[in-house]
Amino acid sequence: MRPEVVAAMTPLFTEHFGNPSSIHWFGQHAKSLIDEARKHVAKLINAETSEIVFLSGGTEADNFAIRGIASKGGHIITSTIEHHAVMHTCKDLEKAGIPVTWVRVSKDGVVDPDDIRKAIRPETVLITIMHANNEIGTIQPIEEIARVAAEADVYFHSDGVQSTGKIPVDVKKLGVDLYSMSSHKIHGPKGVGALFVKKGTNLRPMLTGGGHERNRRSGTENAPGIVGFGEAARLAREGLANEMSRVRQLRDRLETELKSRIELIQVNGENAPRLPNTSNIMVDYAEGEGLVISLDLKGVAVSTGSACSSGSLEPSHVLTAIGKTPDEAHGSLRFSLSSMTTADEIDYVAEILPGIVDRLRELSPYYKKV
Amino acid sequence: MSYSEKLLDYFQNPRCVGEIPDAHGVAEVSNPVCGDVMKLWIKVDGDRIQDAKFKAQGCSAAIATSSYATEMVIGMTVAEARGITKEQIADALGGLPPSKIHCSVLASDAIKAVLKGF
Repeated sequence: MRPEVVAAMTPLFTEHFGNPSSIHWFGQHAKSLIDEARKHVAKLINAETSEIVFLSGGTEADNFAIRGIASKGGHIITSTIEHHAVMHTCKDLEKAGIPVTWVRVSKDGVVDPDDIRKAIRPETVLITIMHANNEIGTIQPIEEIARVAAEADVYFHSDGVQSTGKIPVDVKKLGVDLYSMSSHKIHGPKGVGALFVKKGTNLRPMLTGGGHERNRRSGTENAPGIVGFGEAARLAREGLANEMSRVRQLRDRLETELKSRIELIQVNGENAPRLPNTSNIMVDYAEGEGLVISLDLKGVAVSTGSACSSGSLEPSHVLTAIGKTPDEAHGSLRFSLSSMTTADEIDYVAEILPGIVDRLRELSPYYKKV
Repeated sequence: MSYSEKLLDYFQNPRCVGEIPDAHGVAEVSNPVCGDVMKLWIKVDGDRIQDAKFKAQGCSAAIATSSYATEMVIGMTVAEARGITKEQIADALGGLPPSKIHCSVLASDAIKAVLKGF
């Protein structure tokens, strides 16, 4: 978390611990801090404050949006590269008898709005397509898909957990009805997020109770979390232009260096519009989990789409969806940069990774030095 | 991933890596679960395994268990080596996380495969 976020949250634990629903002064003070946070989050995506529903995070936001629209029936359209929070929610509804169309993506990891148009049926109630992919960072044509949805009078949800704070987001311009956000992806605390619900959207609440969040999400507000999220949103908006272009330069430098120092690697999603902070590379003749552990032992934390690192032992569904074989997905590495990443850190990775790859390749029965 | 020091040592400094050009037996096995691969070469003198070397492409647990098992069979009789179980290999490396148990199968399968015909 950013130090400013911690500083903004701390008084909520020590002085302003009142219940925001209470009418006494310390409850009302907490409420005013939440209102302030709501303004910052709304401003980050150009929404109205009344359209922001605070909740426990991206997963809840996705569940709320999808179940809130589609749990009573109809037909859902989604893609094959969604985050698990969307994918497994759609699968769950599919099991309950609600048909789902899984639209495929190009080899660069992008949905074609025309495929969405073709998938629409008279009974379609919801289209849910992520703004940017969490593994390879590819940005989806949300505005075009929103037009398709509007023409068909179908609600459109977009999972914006990865894109919020990384690229400019304007929900009015994008034309979405529902947009998910997560605090910890922008250096805020974990366990808090928000769903943008466009005014007039008929969304069935998942949590009923005391009628918090304008009857959209009951339960006493996580006041410290929300205030931290608000501060993180404020900082993200401030830094969007400058910091993200610096992050993009660092990411590009990492990829250029790695490509020049390591043979037989490729960058996934390289030809599509991509988030500035994500880099997903595939290394032939080396397995991802072994690369991750080797980097971890040298203080670098990255992730992989290799089956060996997932509890399910399945390779990444995103890499499979862009046409990679299980063997290829096996050798993938995902680097996530942020505004706190330094050039020294990038140079360090570029310096140590070639040796790590060489060592693993030397062990491979298939690798022949070219 | 919660690996033991010993496992990480065998991953970072694997023993018995390489190929034996004039090997008496060679076997290559792949793990049906995750696709990891191990290739094992042996030389046998009488009924005793005189030398063994391996190569593997896979996760840290697969490389460590492959290396440990290869080191283990050197000096064993063929019958002894055949009796090596995946549990023995995993236990010797301080145990494996539940999702990684299948990695030790690779090495025990490779030993059984390379000893076919001896």
